[in-house]
Amino acid sequence: MSDVVKLTDMRLKEFTAEVERRSGQRISQCYQCGKCSSGCPMAFAMDIDPARIMRLIQLGLRDDVLKSNTIWICAACQTCTTRCPQEVEIAHVMDTLRIMALEAGYTDSERETVEALSQFVENIERRGRVFEPELALRLNIALGRPFKDFGRGLQLFARGKLPMLPEKIKGLKELRSIWEKVKKLERVEGERHVNAHETQHS
Amino acid sequence: MSTHMKHNTVEVTNTMSGINLKFAYYPGCSLSGTAVEYGMSTKALCNLLEIELEEIPDWICCGATPAHAIRTLFPIALGARNLALAAKLKMPILTVCAACFNRLKFAAHELKHNSAVREKISQLPELLDGCKVEQLGDINVLHLLSVLHDIYGVERIKGMVKHSLSGLKVACYYGCLLVRPPKVMQFDDPENPQLMDRLIEAIGAETVDWAYKVECCGASLALSRSELVAERVHLILSDAKARGAQVICVACPLCHVNLDVYQVDADAKAGQKHDMPIVYFTQLIALALGASVGEVGLNKHMINPIPVLSAVLKVTG
Repeated sequence: MSDVVKLTDMRLKEFTAEVERRSGQRISQCYQCGKCSSGCPMAFAMDIDPARIMRLIQLGLRDDVLKSNTIWICAACQTCTTRCPQEVEIAHVMDTLRIMALEAGYTDSERETVEALSQFVENIERRGRVFEPELALRLNIALGRPFKDFGRGLQLFARGKLPMLPEKIKGLKELRSIWEKVKKLERVEGERHVNAHETQHS
Repeated sequence: MSTHMKHNTVEVTNTMSGINLKFAYYPGCSLSGTAVEYGMSTKALCNLLEIELEEIPDWICCGATPAHAIRTLFPIALGARNLALAAKLKMPILTVCAACFNRLKFAAHELKHNSAVREKISQLPELLDGCKVEQLGDINVLHLLSVLHDIYGVERIKGMVKHSLSGLKVACYYGCLLVRPPKVMQFDDPENPQLMDRLIEAIGAETVDWAYKVECCGASLALSRSELVAERVHLILSDAKARGAQVICVACPLCHVNLDVYQVDADAKAGQKHDMPIVYFTQLIALALGASVGEVGLNKHMINPIPVLSAVLKVTG
């Protein structure tokens, strides 16, 4: 983490503004009560706890935030979002931070989890429905551990829980071209909830 | 009396035998794989309760947690597709997977309240298969637990019990996605839900009060960081055991995989055997209402629940 922060450096504010805009969340409202960190089930494995991530965003410390393993260790359980007294949807901020980290190419802090999330999404795009045995195998090959969980797989197979063939659905080819359009729409704005959660304060 | 309502509300028809409900069924990907027994027991239970399930043709994955973790519009597009396919059946959607329930509700919520998202999705008419984007936000998405509790009714289920589970101590585990975020899910108290407990008590079992009923199991980190999941699973199983539970009852395929399939990892990490069977609420209720062990797939778990269940229940093969 940076030793000295010049709070007058306006470049820092750009990051704060970008996260707020793209997540639709008013992170500036966070007053550091720490409720998110104390309730976080995965905080024990994070290098920076969620409340400190909020503070680092307020300070504009982009690299410290985007290079943390926190954003990948977050299990998206929504406990922080549920309990935040300032109604910051912290779990959704983590979504935004992961996407910004991917854009910046910051994936070293948690390569396995980045790969798992990417493979999962790729499987949906290609097949329409997740084909669990293929997902597990592809992931293990990508991570250079092809035989991990092999015994577990056999036990699942013996219980009829590993289908051999994927389920077929109609219109898959058309869906794949729709997913390309979705990617373009995501790129055009680079934002998700521009007017996010209109109901939040109503 | 028969009441016909719009497609976004539940059509309740009282018949000679009781109550008839019909839904657009969204099983989700896990139910034909690692959660095959959840699908089997759901069908067995709905048969016994005369709840009709019409599977949504060509449904696609809900995106679960990974889609929204790394993509913006894609998860909403998946939900919009499924809502549009369901709209054609003109019935509310019923699902049993907590992740599917969460994502379908989330998509409907976003499409109703977020005009920017609605505008983007409206640029993809082929995704919606003739459906109007404005329709999608009003589609009713229900979880079987709330159908049983709020529509079918605890008393009616109590009256149908053939084999009481009296003597069995159950820890009802709700996990994350059924209850959070409460603004979207609107499913019971997010910190101390009771709905599953009431249903399990209706079939004669005793439920335990415990601290981990809405604590996360580590979710999809099982794919990449199973050692972290093992840590969580150990805590959850230990608390259930300390409160005297003999089984943990779940409503989420991923919770089930982590607590059951990865229990061996938690055993290794903690240096102790937890030996805690993990069952679906559909299995327990269907068994109590007369389904067989085979029909509910009770033989498909890693930690065998049959010994502890057969002690209280004269279950048939």
